[in-house]
Amino acid sequence: MSLRKNYQHAVKQFQPKPSYIANSLKAFISGGLLCACGEALRKLYMNGFNVSAVNADHLMMLTIILLAVLFTALGVYDTFSQFAGAGATILLSGFANSLASAAIEHRSEGWVGGVANQMFKVGGAVIVYGVVVAFVLGVVHYIV
Amino acid sequence: MRLAGKQTWVFDDVYLQATGTAVGPFEANGPLGEEFDVVHHDLYCGEKTWELAERRLMKEAIDVCLQKGNVTANDIDFFLAGDLLNQNVTANYTARDLPIPFLCMFGACSTSMETLAVGSALVDGGFARQVLTATSSHNATAERQFRYPTELGVQKPKSATFTVTGAGAALITRKKSRFRITSATVGRVIDAGLKNPLDMGSAMAPAAAHTIEQHFLDLGRSPADYDLIVTGDLSRVGSVIVKELLMEAGYDVTVNYNDCGLMVYRPDQATFAGGSGCACCAVVTYGHLLKEMEKGTFRNMLVVATGALLSPTMMQQKQSIPAIAHGVVIEAAGRGSRWNIG
Repeated sequence: MSLRKNYQHAVKQFQPKPSYIANSLKAFISGGLLCACGEALRKLYMNGFNVSAVNADHLMMLTIILLAVLFTALGVYDTFSQFAGAGATILLSGFANSLASAAIEHRSEGWVGGVANQMFKVGGAVIVYGVVVAFVLGVVHYIV
Repeated sequence: MRLAGKQTWVFDDVYLQATGTAVGPFEANGPLGEEFDVVHHDLYCGEKTWELAERRLMKEAIDVCLQKGNVTANDIDFFLAGDLLNQNVTANYTARDLPIPFLCMFGACSTSMETLAVGSALVDGGFARQVLTATSSHNATAERQFRYPTELGVQKPKSATFTVTGAGAALITRKKSRFRITSATVGRVIDAGLKNPLDMGSAMAPAAAHTIEQHFLDLGRSPADYDLIVTGDLSRVGSVIVKELLMEAGYDVTVNYNDCGLMVYRPDQATFAGGSGCACCAVVTYGHLLKEMEKGTFRNMLVVATGALLSPTMMQQKQSIPAIAHGVVIEAAGRGSRWNIG
């Protein structure tokens, strides 16, 4: 097909296609392994430290957040995300990374105008729509 | 000087007196690492922020250029520069520290050849005796302005490019030197309707093809008249498309075409489709290609710097990406010019 006649359509043959199957597999395995680590941590807190199930959940999440922020600061979380894709982005660790990366990025503009103001520029959408969805589900739950 | 055809300026007596380049760590480790004047092994280049690092790169490129040209800033009549950041802060703040009348220019990644073309016109037209041009880009400043925080974990597609950290400066004069600037084709803004900011090669290829074609038409030339036709940052995706677009128009550039974005990094450097940014065309042309020309690898070249004129706001408002390309012809002087111009 001629590029000159219909560029937007013909150009597609020259654009690299994402490898959907390989990407899905990588996301499934990496995301799954991350979640398995979370579960192992939860078990460790419950059985090893005698923490209640609810508290073990919270401790596990805090640990994952801490590790995600740490690896973001060390500059390796984005490398992991390039490999794992959704397996690294949609989890709690991905959310922690979105806040930490924006905070680090804007440190040069100061603690208030930079770090605090800009921290939610990527992760803010998760909070806004998280609250919206929670509200809708809450209403549904109340009615049903 | 005269206007040839529709968009091309033909210069009588303009020379590229000297150039200066400064680059960051990725470029230093790339295949052309040895060819740059100043090399930094840290993305901060010894500064506190990335923006200051970019400014330092531009200053260093200018210092080297002036030194090589054996002139001081006071000898320069006009300074033309631009970069990628909002309000062209790198260029404006660099100009603040120079005692030279200044024209700020923005052509996104086409700025290197835009400033070289306008600078040559000023010198050839007698509006200046010596013009200094400069442009810069920095991977981290571009990432944070156009994309996401640098440490954010997002998976980039294979069509994405990697912004070159560096700066290039050039000194244009009437004094004879090894490199003569013989013509320049000013590009039109071409919008092919594409909307993916992570595939700028596809968006810019039609602009590059348009400028190259117009250049051939205006001067009655063909691809065979050039030893090298090089684009700025079309990368692995766009460079194939521009060749195909030119082939469809009847111009075969397969043997003498290359792209600066494909030269600046090694394939194993994880830079996706290749290099991009204002500095890409500037450091490769001023650092590498001119040295090759000096060695005699080629006698002349058409350098076409390509720019994607997008902003994050326009992308969020679902607008398409306009693109532009400016071409400049540089010839090895004293080796027997291929044409008798003027």
